[in-house]
Amino acid sequence: MHSFINFIMGPMVWISFLIFFIGVIFRLIGLFKQINAKENFVYTYLSFKYSFRSIFAWLIPFLPVSTRKSPVFYSISYVFHLLLFLIPIFLLSHVALLEESMHWSWVTLSDSTADSLTLIVIFSLIFFFIRRFVVPEVKFLTRLSDFLFILIVALPFVTGFLAYHQFFAYRWMVIVHVLSGELMIILIPFTRFFHMFLAPLTRAYTGSEFGNVRHAKDW
Amino acid sequence: MQESLTIDEKLEPDKKDVIDEGVEAGLSRLTPQKISQVINQVLTKETGPRFKAYVETCMRCGLCADACNIFLSNDRDPKFSPAAKVKQTILEMIKRKGKVSKQFLKDTVRIAHTECNACKRCSMYCPFGIDIAYMMLQVRRICHKLEITPLYIQDTVNSHSATMNQMWVKEDEWIDTLQWQEEDAREEFENLRIPLDKDGADIMYSVIAPEPKFQAGLIYQTAVIMHAAGLNWTMPSTPGWDNSNMAMYTGDFEISARIAQVHYETAAKLHVKKIVMGECGHAFRSVYDVGNRWVGWAMPPVDLVHAIDFYHDMLTSGKIRVKEKYKKTVTLHDPCNISRGRGLHNKARELVNILCESFIEMTPNREHNYCCGAGGGVINCGPPWKGTRMVNSREKKDQIERTGAEVLIAPCHNCHSGLEDIVEHYGVDMEIKFFGDIIYEVMEKTIYQEKK
Repeated sequence: MHSFINFIMGPMVWISFLIFFIGVIFRLIGLFKQINAKENFVYTYLSFKYSFRSIFAWLIPFLPVSTRKSPVFYSISYVFHLLLFLIPIFLLSHVALLEESMHWSWVTLSDSTADSLTLIVIFSLIFFFIRRFVVPEVKFLTRLSDFLFILIVALPFVTGFLAYHQFFAYRWMVIVHVLSGELMIILIPFTRFFHMFLAPLTRAYTGSEFGNVRHAKDW
Repeated sequence: MQESLTIDEKLEPDKKDVIDEGVEAGLSRLTPQKISQVINQVLTKETGPRFKAYVETCMRCGLCADACNIFLSNDRDPKFSPAAKVKQTILEMIKRKGKVSKQFLKDTVRIAHTECNACKRCSMYCPFGIDIAYMMLQVRRICHKLEITPLYIQDTVNSHSATMNQMWVKEDEWIDTLQWQEEDAREEFENLRIPLDKDGADIMYSVIAPEPKFQAGLIYQTAVIMHAAGLNWTMPSTPGWDNSNMAMYTGDFEISARIAQVHYETAAKLHVKKIVMGECGHAFRSVYDVGNRWVGWAMPPVDLVHAIDFYHDMLTSGKIRVKEKYKKTVTLHDPCNISRGRGLHNKARELVNILCESFIEMTPNREHNYCCGAGGGVINCGPPWKGTRMVNSREKKDQIERTGAEVLIAPCHNCHSGLEDIVEHYGVDMEIKFFGDIIYEVMEKTIYQEKK
């Protein structure tokens, strides 16, 4: 058991990140190869100025009209995406583990802050889950995989929260926490989680077409 | 245009019951092999990484729904959201590897051809900027290759391919119409000309085929404006005078490219400095954004000026002067293809303020304006689909009604016809005009004297 935990908290972390990076690079190379082979006109219209104009416009809360149409969903989604990165990167126990093994360290969130932020993430996920049943246009689009994504993201946060509070089955919580976190990292390049990389690209292209060719805003 | 040959005006049939002879006949010819072969060819060979990225990036958040005028017009029925249209067509085709039934294809034609105006508003509401209009046009491409395009719009494409204009206008009829307008206008301005094929003129003026066919008066008005401004202009007598392009909307991209090519080659042959085009939106999209790309021109090879831009220039430079401002209260409809498609909405507003005394803004407006409901070739699907088009235009009707204006300026032929239908169908008390109509009414009609 001990060696299993050591494995998933040691080498498996690095293996997960390795799969993540190789997967991302592999997919991006594949994408650009395809663009070069079939749609290299994309570069004719792609503009740095308008790509970033569009991306930044969409990062400013409530600037895009679309976000004002669904303010609750948009706010929750915005905060959720931020926390999805902030919490794991700046969590004291994560940084402590890294310091122990690699002597790397950086600023950390206090445990109580991280704890409340984690609750926000969990409630966001519950909100997304309910929204998929309640809002008709979202319900119509929803498939099983959409719930699986929510589940995969929820697992490391819920188990992390439970493990921190040591409510029950501490050891099992840690195991599930570590494994599900690694699963999420591994899955990013191979599932729709890849929107993390694709969305800025599709936004950039649409932003370029709107700004460069159509002389119009796209938000 | 064809929508004037209406069937029962107030008919609001169940959408699934519309019988389109072109679609029915096309479906009866199809075999399962042909269906899957065409779908897979388009989805794997013709489309590329962009299409794939759009399919793989959508997180089904549903934010695109609020963008869609047709979704809003149908009481937020989830089937009509942009992403739902992708789900019901493309995602199913991918899932079933192209092995879909004829009933599925019948629904597909209805969705892609009559329930999407290809207005691109949803790409402004999707956080990822997914271009669903582009995806719906790929579905229409599949329909085209399966030969199940709705009858009426296919007829306009047939006309394009045979005559290079949209309305089966014969060459002698075209020339005759221009000379008839010239003759009429000379009663008002004795030395007015509509110069044909004038080599080296500054401007080639191009129109869409419904102008000579049904609205020749618009050519008259333009001739008066050109004359009063003392411009060195010409109109081509040969094919290439029509800038419209329905093939762009049926997915017949080869014909679409030929139309744009002939248009630009005609301008090149005449050695003109620029092309000025009439008040049309889809035609602008075709020559500015779509057809040219298929020929291989990244941007228009000849300077291309939309009527709004042209009028704006005439009125701000003083070449055309306003005698007395237009009195009635006006509102402005921003056509998708020149606001979202070219950012001309601010110039259009400046133009309104130069020409008219009181302007009431329509909301939403500019890039965010709703489509007229006729755009993207939807009106060109003709009488069988008019009933559903009227249902799908309810949001637009509410929007124009809210302004309370007496006159609605719609600087686009498609929008114009679509809005005429809405106003007539729902009994909205509103006159619809082109900028050209208003300019002709309020301008100082000076007789231009050539400098000796």
